[in-house]
Amino acid sequence: MQNSKATKRVNTVISVVLSLLCLAYVYPIVLILLNSFKQERSITTTRVFELPTADTFVGFANYIQGITSMDFLSSFWYSLFISVSSVLLILLCCSMCAWYITRVHGKLSSGMYYLCVFSMVVPFQMVMFTLAKTADTLKLNNPYNICIIYLGFGAGLAVFMFTGFMKSMPVEIEEAAMIDGCNPLQIFFRVVCPILKPTMISTAILETMWVWNDYLLPTLVLDIKKYRTIPMAIQYFRGSYGKVEMGPMMACIMLTVLPVVILYLVCQKYIIEGVVAGAVKG
Amino acid sequence: MEKAIKKFWPVFVLPTLAAFIIGFIWPFVWGIGLSFCKFTTVNNVQFVGLSNYLNIWIDNTFTHAFVFTTLFTIVSTVLINVFAFLLALLLTRHVRGTNIFRTVYFMPNLIGGVVLGYIWLVLLNGVLTLLEKPLLSLNATYGFWGLIILMCWQQIGYMMIIYIAGLQNVPPDLIEAARIDGANNRQVLTRVKIPMVMPSITICTFLTLTNSFKLFDQNLSLTGGEPAKATQMLAYNIYDTFYARSGPQWKGIGQAKAVVFFLAVVVIALIQLRLTRSKEVQQ
Repeated sequence: MQNSKATKRVNTVISVVLSLLCLAYVYPIVLILLNSFKQERSITTTRVFELPTADTFVGFANYIQGITSMDFLSSFWYSLFISVSSVLLILLCCSMCAWYITRVHGKLSSGMYYLCVFSMVVPFQMVMFTLAKTADTLKLNNPYNICIIYLGFGAGLAVFMFTGFMKSMPVEIEEAAMIDGCNPLQIFFRVVCPILKPTMISTAILETMWVWNDYLLPTLVLDIKKYRTIPMAIQYFRGSYGKVEMGPMMACIMLTVLPVVILYLVCQKYIIEGVVAGAVKG
Repeated sequence: MEKAIKKFWPVFVLPTLAAFIIGFIWPFVWGIGLSFCKFTTVNNVQFVGLSNYLNIWIDNTFTHAFVFTTLFTIVSTVLINVFAFLLALLLTRHVRGTNIFRTVYFMPNLIGGVVLGYIWLVLLNGVLTLLEKPLLSLNATYGFWGLIILMCWQQIGYMMIIYIAGLQNVPPDLIEAARIDGANNRQVLTRVKIPMVMPSITICTFLTLTNSFKLFDQNLSLTGGEPAKATQMLAYNIYDTFYARSGPQWKGIGQAKAVVFFLAVVVIALIQLRLTRSKEVQQ
């Protein structure tokens, strides 16, 4: 068919165009990477596109300065701890809550469900001041228990996704387990949890993307002098000094971006599937 | 079985409910209450009725932010969805390298808003200097388009993934039937593919609309509202009113602005869902 030959040619053109677009997509990050190895003087707006040369190349000096002056490692630890603890807590509590909502019909269930859907629409600015005050009063203002705040604010999305999946789960398996003598807790952990695994992964990915990158909530809730998560540290570069130290800042940006990109390349299949599943439910 | 589970409600529901009350319900209700009060700290609260709502409009920053945000939301929603859909169409043609393209285009989503803002600040200021134009923080028009470029770069990949999933779910026999009936490429696209992916379009426009309207991080890091609050969007304007202005009246006004903002988000979400849902076809 001559048609297929034409199609092939069109496809080649498309491939080339998309490859160029790929380069354009990666370029901003490469630019930051290159500049993070240059000395401070040559990262001005006029010289930002110059490649590092023997004169301007400073090796890892910017990285060392960024890590030491901003205490970047502890920022990394706070971000990591907050993300992991919050997501685990959200997964556990919200899946249990969602199971109750789908299996028990009553005022508590329907009330919870509608509140969760509602909470997804509410912008954070609506509650930011009062939430920060509440967190202060209840002493939830350090990285080790801020996960309770995240559970409260992230519950909407998680409960919504879990109930969306559970509605299509056959109740017969659970009833069989009940007749065999399981109590509800055993049913949940032995029967429901294994079936939920794919939804757990999707929810975990969406919530991690949110918590890891969240800037405003930790800024308002945590004490900025004591605890800084990564987004807070990056913003602090501009906020604290009169003049921004570009070199160390770019080094810190790279240190923030690289782990995420590596993690993404390793488990991109799950991440992309998770996003699709989340969108279909939404 | 229902009864047995019901007895366990403290285990299943209580942790989430308690956190939900602390993290959402109580701050929300309290926030609405405070919007009718004058306060600097939560300990000296004074009821002032609707005056906060009237004072929102004293200076025109909120009105300006409203217009700016609306404009930004319209432009970015259209651009993101059009480009994401185009890319999705191209990536469902089985061209070589599809997987790599998909991976790369999605990547910016995983990087946080603040970091993205600084990456693009460096790049865009560099480009503007090369063109001998004023820097991003000195010109509101460049600030606007800078934000649009940044949003497109970040969001197109995400929406593209959703559109690809939608396009892959269009049954091939439907397209084949249309072709046998003599439909050309364009007709297949407009009469078969687009109606069939309408649910994806609903989701993507909903996500882009609300994301753009509620944008904060990127606004803070890319333009910081400069010059003179001209590129301040609603969320940032509220933050600014709360934390950057001195004077006993501003916190109450900020809270009132937040309530107006919240109502605007709800109205937009409802209108959008109604409009696009009505165009969906039954599968």
